[in-house]
Amino acid sequence: MKKQIYTIAENRLIAADTYKLVLAGEGQVDGEFVHIDIPGYYLRRPFSVCDTDANGLTLLYKTVGEGTRKLAALPEGTELSVLTGLGRGFDEHACRKKALLVGGGLGAAPLYPLAKRLKAQGKDVTVVLGFNREEEIVLEREFKALCNTVSLSTLDGSAGIKGFVTDAIKALQPEYDCFYTCGPMVMMKAVCQLLKGPGEASLEERMGCGAGFCYGCSIRTAGGPRRVCKDGPVFKKEDILW
Amino acid sequence: MVKDLSVNLCVLQLQNPVIPASGTFGFGLELADTLDLDVLGAISLKGTTREARYGNPVPRIAEASGGMLNAVGLQNPGIDVLIREKIPALRKVFHQGVIANISGFSVEEYRECCAKADACDGIDIIEVNVSCPNVHGGGIAFGTSARAVAEVTSAVKAVCRNKPVFIKLSPNVTDIVEMARACEDAGADGLTLVNTFLGMRIDIVRRKTVLANTTGGFSGAAIFPIALRMVYQVAHACKIPVMGCGGVASARDVIEMMMAGATAVQVGAENLRNPFACPEIIEELPSVMEELHIDALKDIIGTV
Repeated sequence: MKKQIYTIAENRLIAADTYKLVLAGEGQVDGEFVHIDIPGYYLRRPFSVCDTDANGLTLLYKTVGEGTRKLAALPEGTELSVLTGLGRGFDEHACRKKALLVGGGLGAAPLYPLAKRLKAQGKDVTVVLGFNREEEIVLEREFKALCNTVSLSTLDGSAGIKGFVTDAIKALQPEYDCFYTCGPMVMMKAVCQLLKGPGEASLEERMGCGAGFCYGCSIRTAGGPRRVCKDGPVFKKEDILW
Repeated sequence: MVKDLSVNLCVLQLQNPVIPASGTFGFGLELADTLDLDVLGAISLKGTTREARYGNPVPRIAEASGGMLNAVGLQNPGIDVLIREKIPALRKVFHQGVIANISGFSVEEYRECCAKADACDGIDIIEVNVSCPNVHGGGIAFGTSARAVAEVTSAVKAVCRNKPVFIKLSPNVTDIVEMARACEDAGADGLTLVNTFLGMRIDIVRRKTVLANTTGGFSGAAIFPIALRMVYQVAHACKIPVMGCGGVASARDVIEMMMAGATAVQVGAENLRNPFACPEIIEELPSVMEELHIDALKDIIGTV
């Protein structure tokens, strides 16, 4: 874990209520998520890392509460205190040859760096993304440029297959030896019930410290209590008590 | 001039008065790879009970203006694991003061856990938490009655023959001085004050409480003036040393707490905002002392 100052290089609406935040600073950051001090709020807010390069990192976020609305209003050039190197992410080595990635809404964001790692290892990657409606779609172009197959579903049928990600999976019948999912709990539960074989899911919980020492985000798992921020946020599907 | 940051807490000399508060720093080990723990004055470890506890359901954390609420509910591996695993592992990487924080649901549980902590070589001070607001029938039931707090103190003192016993008090009382005096009269070696303030938040969109436990303990910068006032009142009413705790976030806050009467100062919620808070405060202290013409921190204790 490191605490560093990053500068907002871009903070732009890219889909309905969804912003892309590019932070300039130390690049090639480790970890599954970062914890950002938003001016005016007491606790930091956790955000999944969507991408990282030599110049810094990219996050996607939705304006769901006061903190994220405040973040959306911050102009380019604003300096932010960021904790990096947090969380245990998806294990790309759990996949032998063919991976299936299933994202719901902004759950697509942490799947993108996973897709990059899997492709770098020469593995086949199939991606199924689900959104409520066309206006909420993110990362479609990025995944299509990177992955073998990308399938879309929307609840209202405004883009791709009409229905849930599970409908898109049934229509696609993808080959895979390991699956990875991130999105709303009900979606991940349905995905884990539908899909056979090894799988991992990324959970979300209100956090205090974000670094494993306050025990504010401990959940019960098949292996006993686990901290979402430190032992997760990614857990094996059989460990999660839905 | 080299500044003297050391303080004497009962028989223990601390290299500086800055101590991460119980529950905001785990068992120290969680941060051993991130910080140089040895710059700290001491560490107050996460509250420990006789049996292992999962604690409360999530959400356990809520945001508030100038602070936060927690309802962790004393998640811990139990006193035997603390002594057998956590303390020996911590002692490999940490060579300053270790404060074991003990909680319980009965006088007998406090006595049993404190006796074990007293016999453990790696522990320097025993801090008895009679003030956890997040456990039904737990510590706070003892911490809000002068008679009950005296009973716990006497029971614990009877089995702690080797180590100083500090009682950590709840601020959720009408008269903090009455509680403090009851502890002192029952033989406490020192006091830690204060624990969190009982509070709650409601999610007005979902029309539900934010915390699964409904209520939680409020801490953070917002409580600093209240904690300071309680430290001031108690330090002037009692002879035993006080560890001041509540909203401390800077070297200036540490100095203010000490001027109010604290011998050592615990940093709590600030660690959750900034895991580097304690080392940063310790690094900042000499320059603030220079500015205020303070040569030795121990000279300012209770000077206001």
